[in-house]
Amino acid sequence: MPNHEKSAEHHVVPKRIYFGVFFALVVLTWVTTYVSTIDLGRWNIFVALAIAIFKASLVALFFMHVFYSARLTKMIVTAAIFWLTLLLFITMADFWTRGWMGVPGR
Amino acid sequence: MIAATPPTEIKKNFFNQKQGLASWLLTYDHKRIAILYLLGVTFFFAIGGIFAALIRLELATPAGDLVDSNTYNKFFTMHGIIMVFLFLIPSIPAVFGNFLIPLMIGAKDVAFPRLNLLSWYIYMIGGLFIITVLLMGGVDTGWTFYTPFSTSYSNGYVVAAGMGIFIAGFSSILTGLNFIVTIHRMRAPGLTWFRLPLFIWAHYATSMIQVLGTPVIAVTLFLLVLERGLHIGFFDPAYGGDPVLFQHMFWFYSHPAVYIMILPSMGVVTEIITTFSSKKPFGYTFIAFSSVAIAVFGFIVWGHHLFVSGQSAYAGMVFSVLSYIVAIPSAIKVFNWTATMYKGAVRLTTPMLYALGFIGLFTIGGLTGLFLASLGMDVHLTDTYFVVAHFHYVMVGGAIMGFLGGIHYWWPKIFGKMYNEGWSKISAVIIFIGFNLTFFPQFLLGYMGMPRRYHVYPPEFQVLNVLSSAGASVLAIGYLIPFCYLLYSLKYGPDAPPNPWGATTLEWKTQSPPITQNFEVTPVVTQEAYTYTTEEVVHVG
Repeated sequence: MPNHEKSAEHHVVPKRIYFGVFFALVVLTWVTTYVSTIDLGRWNIFVALAIAIFKASLVALFFMHVFYSARLTKMIVTAAIFWLTLLLFITMADFWTRGWMGVPGR
Repeated sequence: MIAATPPTEIKKNFFNQKQGLASWLLTYDHKRIAILYLLGVTFFFAIGGIFAALIRLELATPAGDLVDSNTYNKFFTMHGIIMVFLFLIPSIPAVFGNFLIPLMIGAKDVAFPRLNLLSWYIYMIGGLFIITVLLMGGVDTGWTFYTPFSTSYSNGYVVAAGMGIFIAGFSSILTGLNFIVTIHRMRAPGLTWFRLPLFIWAHYATSMIQVLGTPVIAVTLFLLVLERGLHIGFFDPAYGGDPVLFQHMFWFYSHPAVYIMILPSMGVVTEIITTFSSKKPFGYTFIAFSSVAIAVFGFIVWGHHLFVSGQSAYAGMVFSVLSYIVAIPSAIKVFNWTATMYKGAVRLTTPMLYALGFIGLFTIGGLTGLFLASLGMDVHLTDTYFVVAHFHYVMVGGAIMGFLGGIHYWWPKIFGKMYNEGWSKISAVIIFIGFNLTFFPQFLLGYMGMPRRYHVYPPEFQVLNVLSSAGASVLAIGYLIPFCYLLYSLKYGPDAPPNPWGATTLEWKTQSPPITQNFEVTPVVTQEAYTYTTEEVVHVG
């Protein structure tokens, strides 16, 4: 995009959105704390991560304005998440498949 | 290529438009910041080079007669940390990227000039942090900081060294971010993506890696610091951690980091070969997209560093195949450079000698990488001198040859002075010979089974080690010669014309050295980057 083109207009977010998101984050922090007192077995980690991802999404979308940003910005954010997924998924793929082949002598 | 006319008389330039130390330390001018980086990387290269010399001196004899093993561990660690994080990674992007990207796209500066200056300060603070570690007694983990040695057993200043790299990493992220935004938003009117010089494509791909990869090494080192300081069990199996996890996270960044070093160098080589063949690059689109492909595929091959770590055999197989795939875009570039020279009006100038050297050395480095990507072969070669030779062929043979090629190619543009062509050619040949004499014997040593990171070795390896140490001294002389004649040229060299090589990209359309605003009038681009007409092939100097 050459420099003579106008950049995307700056979006002014109403205060109620900021307060609403802040309230949601506080509530979700309380939920995280509360859930940690309940033993969900193997789901402990998944529930904690789901809440954390939801909270991070709220911060990125509204506090960091991704929701109102240009498509290019959204693409960059998506690429970053994709890269993180690559790191986690491929690393876990190693971890999950280590037991598939026996270790000689064991 | 453009409608702007080069000015005929040099009056003011970015060196003399403002004067005084403060005008440099507080500058927002991308060209001055590039020169600040040049001073920084040269300083750190010298320090890293001193450690290389000490390592080769110790290895000249089979006995550990110069230093003890603990000191030797610190030597190769400091050599690796300084060369990788403070020289190779910032060298071409921070120096040439900063200087040239705005010029090549017809902009006045980068998108965020203040952030650019901040990046330099962050880099220097990170670098000085590491130098402080060195003065305090150093660190002995190797530049890879592998756990559990780094977390539980090392007596060196691991936390401080990790924090130094952590800090310097932010400089890399901010520079990459600045370049991405600059390339997207600051291009001159008419400069479409496929009219961009291939140097810009290479830097765009590099910036992607810097932005996406560097945060991972920062997090990894931060976790290492937490583990060492607070015994949180990320990597220690006693606390439920996994030591291989460290290697996964470390190499997720550090393998693509090799492409942060080599992609900009490939961009430099493309410009040099095109100019000195006076010919459009063969397969522009392929070269452009192969840069992006290297950046993307480079991110999913890291597991080839872990073949003997205890990583799953199935993961090893997948990483082996993926590592072979990343060779394809690299090979595309080599074929395209060769095809560009074919039937071109090739001129063997100094930058061209470095570019040709790059092709040969990078090809050897790349092909030996395929040996290491092969699962069975890698078991034999892991942690031997074969690996050391391989990555030095890529990092030194590739990245530093590109850096030196770039210095010689753009020196007239940056400083407005011509250097001595005779001496520069001699030094290029000395560097090529010295490099091969240093590192080729290491392939043989590694294949014969000499492990890396030992200062004592069996006497049968001495001849090859002496050859390697002799080569290192030749290489050191080769590096010192340009330092002398380039500095000499600043005072006594003849003035450089705006376009001494008959190149076609935008930076050559303004005066040498450029004015602070780069161009008198914003250029309007109406053609592709490499359109050689009869007039363009007229050479000066």
